Amino acid sequence: MKLMGEMLLRQEAFAEIVMGNTALVRAMVEAGTQVITAYPGSPTPEIAAAIVSIPAEQRPFYFEFSTNEKVATEVAYGASVNGHLATVFFKSVGLNVAADTFVQLSLMHLAGGLVVVLGDDPGANSSQNEQDNRHYARLAYTPVFEPADPAEVHSFYLEAARLSRRLHMPVILRLTTHVCHAKQKVSFPAWQPAAVDRAPRFDVANGPYIPLPFSVAELKRRALDRLAAVRAQAVRCGLHRLLDHGNRRRGVITWGLPFLSLMDALENVQPRPDVLKLGVVYPLDYGQIAAFLGEHQEVLVLEELDDLLEMEIKAKAYDLGLRTKIWGKQDQEDWIGEYTPDKVGGILHKVWPDLLPAPPEAVDTVQVPERPPQMCPGCGHRSAFHAIKQALSAADITVADIGCHTLGYLPPYEVGQLLMCMGASPGIGAGLSLFNRSRRVLVFMGDSTFYHAAMPGVINALHNRHNITMIVMENGTTAMTGHQDHAGSGRNVLGTTPRIPIRRILEGFGVESIFETDTYQQEQLTDLVGKAMAVEGFSVVIARHPCMLKFTREQRRKPGFEPRRVDIDQKACERMHVCVAAFGCPTFTRGPDGRIEVNPDLCIGDGSCVQTCPTRAITPPARPSGANA
Amino acid sequence: MSTYNVYMSGVGGQGIGLLSEALLRAADHAGLAVKSVDTHGLAQRGGIVVSQLRIGSQVHSPLISAHQADLVVALERHEALRAARKALKPGGILIYYDALWQPLPVRLGQAAEVEAAAVDEACARLGARLIRVHRPDLSDARMQNIVILAHIQRLGLIPGLDAAHYQQALEDLLTGKVLAANLAMFQAERHTAMTA
Repeated sequence: MKLMGEMLLRQEAFAEIVMGNTALVRAMVEAGTQVITAYPGSPTPEIAAAIVSIPAEQRPFYFEFSTNEKVATEVAYGASVNGHLATVFFKSVGLNVAADTFVQLSLMHLAGGLVVVLGDDPGANSSQNEQDNRHYARLAYTPVFEPADPAEVHSFYLEAARLSRRLHMPVILRLTTHVCHAKQKVSFPAWQPAAVDRAPRFDVANGPYIPLPFSVAELKRRALDRLAAVRAQAVRCGLHRLLDHGNRRRGVITWGLPFLSLMDALENVQPRPDVLKLGVVYPLDYGQIAAFLGEHQEVLVLEELDDLLEMEIKAKAYDLGLRTKIWGKQDQEDWIGEYTPDKVGGILHKVWPDLLPAPPEAVDTVQVPERPPQMCPGCGHRSAFHAIKQALSAADITVADIGCHTLGYLPPYEVGQLLMCMGASPGIGAGLSLFNRSRRVLVFMGDSTFYHAAMPGVINALHNRHNITMIVMENGTTAMTGHQDHAGSGRNVLGTTPRIPIRRILEGFGVESIFETDTYQQEQLTDLVGKAMAVEGFSVVIARHPCMLKFTREQRRKPGFEPRRVDIDQKACERMHVCVAAFGCPTFTRGPDGRIEVNPDLCIGDGSCVQTCPTRAITPPARPSGANA
Repeated sequence: MSTYNVYMSGVGGQGIGLLSEALLRAADHAGLAVKSVDTHGLAQRGGIVVSQLRIGSQVHSPLISAHQADLVVALERHEALRAARKALKPGGILIYYDALWQPLPVRLGQAAEVEAAAVDEACARLGARLIRVHRPDLSDARMQNIVILAHIQRLGLIPGLDAAHYQQALEDLLTGKVLAANLAMFQAERHTAMTA
């Protein structure tokens, strides 16, 4: 087997098939990056997976999962002003959490350099929106490099790190989902581990580091100076490409994954438009843009998500008096979704109908039932939702939060009627409880999310005496993003660390009504939720059960593991369908005649379903299922 | 060689990731230019996992355009039909493992389970070759992907790839008992591969 950790530290040059996220880690090794921080979120978790594939004692850098994206950014900032090249990475919406610190970075002299790696998600494959983080770059005078494939992820990071270190400013490396996850063979240069200066070199003389009214104008001038320096060098850094097809009529300006889509869409097109592929998308080199505009009668700015460059290029062309026809977004749909080859083909056809034919319309009308994501077989959250639903009345309002338990909003549970972002549910619940004596408010919270962003909302509920009940869905891990440890796990990426139990935090806050049970104790959970909701003020139910996906994987690796599963006693089954349609474990299948079977591929034999059958037709597995059932 | 597109689909937990990575590495061992990408949002929680693989020197994006897959590989019946409708090229090939993991609307009694005949019809409409694989006696469901891999090799569904390339790919990805079990399954299934 090829070992990723060994590959990432290989000293001789090599070529290997890698994901964009993996290529990034090799680039961080080669760049001499010293401190890397993160909070898990798709499409970036594989960056961390690659990092931790290197044994802790061999890592040529320090790495941590911080409590949230803002803390991660602050740790990276602190390391950078101490002279260490630092990098922080997280998903698109993570920048909203980090923003308060992030927007200040460009004002500061970052002695060691700092690269902010963003995993944006056009198409919202696994996010609550498809926000275009280039807006933040403009807000914070921060350059943006945007690679199109794994090879560019590697080379662009190296260039971003060089620039950041040389100009002592933050640089964004903006990845998108299918750049992170694309795989191809990439050639990597040799790497010689260099001696590293780890002396703490923070010096107030590099400041001011105190952004207050007296210093803000000076700091802002410095930030703008640095941005101007990048603008002047943007072309020379060698990340831009001009594909000159000898077409003086039409040109396209684009970058990132849409560039690859464009090239596919143009594969059989003649004459082909010229293409200017940008590497640095902020700030723009106006000389280069003006030259490209000047050489063509019409130029399309092919821009995924929002129209920032289209607006900027049009404004610049106006200032320069250029007569080039500049095409941008044609309609609302051009603002939405990932720029796949199909989407780009459609856009090209809208702008230049003679260039390529209209995309074919779907004619097949066969319907395949949808497959929304589900909680796994044995998931403690399923037992929790099934039990909690019994304690609710139709008028009650339930507020979801981010995590696997978000899926409770789906049928058959439909618990969780509102969702916003990490840790928002106690605050939203508090607002819903105002003037409200008739509809009880129940909010949900995952354990990793509790540490991440929930505590201010919880303290607010206590401090301002809001009448809500919070269910902590405690599974002991950051399950949704791939089982990263959190502050309650008792482990971090380096080894064991003291647990910070949520219950003790809540007790420390002064929460008086804390109920707790394992979610497989469904009747008890129903009862406790009823009791908690009867409490006047803020109450908590800790509904715990370990993540069964993680638990089952660990069990399977143990010697002597024997798969177990439940069975249906067909004589006892009266086809009431509670197991399949109310409890809703994906293990149960429904025949056309209503007969219930157990899917042997899926059942893990946890037995949490046994108690849900009104006619006791579910036969428990031969032995009790594991220590946690 | 002209471009060859492989679109793979299954349900989270079925092993599409390993199958895709094995095909990617096998193509590389065969000396072919290849790109791939997994799309798996929340798929680990029982949703749909799609992986796309494109072989050829003219390939830019790893994403396959609608109805441009030469080969669709699926590990579940509903996903086989969904993938064929979305991705399969007229005259292409669909190979799928006939597992049935009922989607939510079927379990709720709101939709009918897809029948094998519906997959037959979809392929007939496209003039596509259909290869259905099922091993009711398979002891470990997590081996279904290797059964399919063996059939892809035995039937020569991806031009330019032979058994040694697939074996090298598995050796890149697995080790110890897991490798031994998967290689044994790969070899055994190669001998029994047959067309439906």
